[in-house]
Amino acid sequence: MSSCSHFKLLLLAAATGLFAAQASAQQITVTSWGGAYTKSQVTAMHEPFSKASGVKILSEDYNGGLAEIRAQVKTGNVKWDVVDVELAEAIRGCDEGLFEKIDASKLPKGADGSDAKNDFVPGMVTECAVANISFANVVAYDKAKLGANAPTRLEDYFDLQKFPGKRGMKKEPNVNLEWALMADGVAPADVYKVLSTREGVDRAFRKLDSIKSQIVWWSAGAQPPQLLASGEVVMTSVYHGRIYDANVKDGKNFAIVWDGQISVPDLFVVMKGSKNVKTAMDFVMFATGTKPLAEQTKYIPYAPARKSSLALVDAKTKPWLPGPSQAGRGYTTNAGWWADKADELNQRFAAWAAR
Amino acid sequence: MRMTADAATGSAAGVGIDDPAALKQRLRRAELRQRLRAYALVLPLCLFTLLTFLVPIGLMLVNSVHDPLVAEELPRSGPLLRALPAGTISPDEAVFAALAADMKDAAGNQTASRIATRLNFEYGGLRSVFMKTTRVVNRTDAGPWKPLFLEADTAWGEPRIWTVLAQTSERYTPNHLLRAVDLTHDERGAVIREPADTRIHLMVFGRTLWVSLLVTLLCLAIGYPLAYWISHLPPRTGNLVMVLVLLPFWTSLLVRTTAWVVLLQKEGVVNSLLMATGLVSEPLQMTFNRFGVVIAMTHILLPFMILPLVSVMRGIPPAYVRAARSLGASPATAFRRVYLPQSLPGISAGVLLVFILALGYYITPALLGGAGDQMMSFFIADNLSRSLNWGLASALGALLLAGVLLLYAVYERTVGITNVRLG
Repeated sequence: MSSCSHFKLLLLAAATGLFAAQASAQQITVTSWGGAYTKSQVTAMHEPFSKASGVKILSEDYNGGLAEIRAQVKTGNVKWDVVDVELAEAIRGCDEGLFEKIDASKLPKGADGSDAKNDFVPGMVTECAVANISFANVVAYDKAKLGANAPTRLEDYFDLQKFPGKRGMKKEPNVNLEWALMADGVAPADVYKVLSTREGVDRAFRKLDSIKSQIVWWSAGAQPPQLLASGEVVMTSVYHGRIYDANVKDGKNFAIVWDGQISVPDLFVVMKGSKNVKTAMDFVMFATGTKPLAEQTKYIPYAPARKSSLALVDAKTKPWLPGPSQAGRGYTTNAGWWADKADELNQRFAAWAAR
Repeated sequence: MRMTADAATGSAAGVGIDDPAALKQRLRRAELRQRLRAYALVLPLCLFTLLTFLVPIGLMLVNSVHDPLVAEELPRSGPLLRALPAGTISPDEAVFAALAADMKDAAGNQTASRIATRLNFEYGGLRSVFMKTTRVVNRTDAGPWKPLFLEADTAWGEPRIWTVLAQTSERYTPNHLLRAVDLTHDERGAVIREPADTRIHLMVFGRTLWVSLLVTLLCLAIGYPLAYWISHLPPRTGNLVMVLVLLPFWTSLLVRTTAWVVLLQKEGVVNSLLMATGLVSEPLQMTFNRFGVVIAMTHILLPFMILPLVSVMRGIPPAYVRAARSLGASPATAFRRVYLPQSLPGISAGVLLVFILALGYYITPALLGGAGDQMMSFFIADNLSRSLNWGLASALGALLLAGVLLLYAVYERTVGITNVRLG
């Protein structure tokens, strides 16, 4: 290479460096879970926000958990500005000082004029986080195989007599222990109270024992629809959005048993030490407004965190949204309780599953 | 050394022979330079080994016993807590006051949550007790602290919490290592076995050894005849077959494992074939169980057995077996007494290689195994990424390392490590 082209290359590098520096002033990084979910956020939130404010949004993916967030904040090398986390992480991260506090009084009113405080579903705004959606853990089956004799209640997932065959189950204690108790006759409101006692945990494991021989384990969200499609299982626990995806995109004929649904909110947090706290906060306020939340349901059927958004949701999507509109029992996961019990129950669950 | 001598002679020619002292000095300098250059050449390798291998292993070992978080964050109450007699239910006000002062600092530095997480590893539920109490203490300006703590949570009146605090405020703790071998403490601090329904690590360790042994034996059973055949082929064909043996290395481990899922699943290729030929009437369960794990691991690790075997077998002169046969030994005897001992270094190398690699397997059991087929690495990863219990993860890693070293020592005693040859 001649020295002339060397010089050109240097010039080019300097120019791009300059350009990048300039651009970063008006750019924030929003990190989320990837796939169809991130796509729905990009279309319903990132793009309208960029259009309105001129701020460029860089979208990144991660696999959840606090490890990466903690590393960025502790080393002072904060690359993300806004992160989409689950409730348990939102609470723990806030306790550890990894996130900026949210000023809830600055959340915009709902489109119907209702105060943000009343507009958000209870529990959706915490000290450091504002929820955008909730997804649900549900039981699903293939209509093509169980069409005539379809399961309707959570109890059917635990009933090997009426519904013989394998069950897909996530290799984690949460959801499964709660379901076991509910199928054993515990009211949803009492589940965590019963589960706080040693006898309650024993009772849940006894119930799980009754279907243990038929369990096929899964760990990644994409697995259960595949297990259903390949006929490996007759019923499986699954994130409800995956079933929607399989039906709409892959032409499957899966159905959801809404009874027993356990909702888990996903929330936006702003990283402590972000260089763009103000812009990031603006984004969170904008993205959790009535319209973007309603818009998002066009691309993924997750329940919006605001009540006022529900009115704007397409009639075709509504049957797919989790929450009280669905028949049967259901509730939101108790993230605080799990933060306490996860270490202990993870080990017991692993020991039980391995036996 | 020869190089050095040559270089010295070369430079001596230019100096002249009348100055032996200067010559000697030059020679020494040249030798030194040569030596430095040699060191410089291996320096990157040494640094690389040190930084990517020895240091991480050392850190892991340290991590498994060194856990200073609580000691550092509770500087005032730590010494008092450590001095509490076993089984304390209700320490005096001084302990509570020191703890309250530390909690205020922790709340200010936002380290309270990390302490709470650490306590929760020892005893489920202490997380919220500690967080709740920290909030109450942070709102309060002055004591008496003892009633305040007891009002915040009744757990402060039980021996368990004091035992856990006393133990975790030590900088060096045996707790992680104890947990790794299914031991724990009772509420008064005595070492006991875990309750039967949470005992898991020893079982997993045993399973890891058993699966690795099974895979090693299968690799040997399949690899030995194949290696024999390859080493007795004409060189051209032999090399071609060796390329076929090495071919799987061209694709990633993950792809090969996933390929086995496709082959073995309920409506997979193997089951379809079996059904079509009428050998079975119902699809066999070959994934999510031990069968799938062992088959896939054997396939993936087979080349590591075949390679050393072939290179050792190629070096065995055929004359010995022929001589044994001509002296009247049966083919079986000739093989057993003449050929097998000569191929032993290859067997040793292959067995060690496959066994040690198998011990650390993670992705294949995770994808092809059921909950009862996960090996030690799965639990290490689980503690690292999900529970964030790095101490326990390190302890499990240390246990695995100790197991490998022990086996290595046994091997050295019985077979002799000098009897290992890769070719």
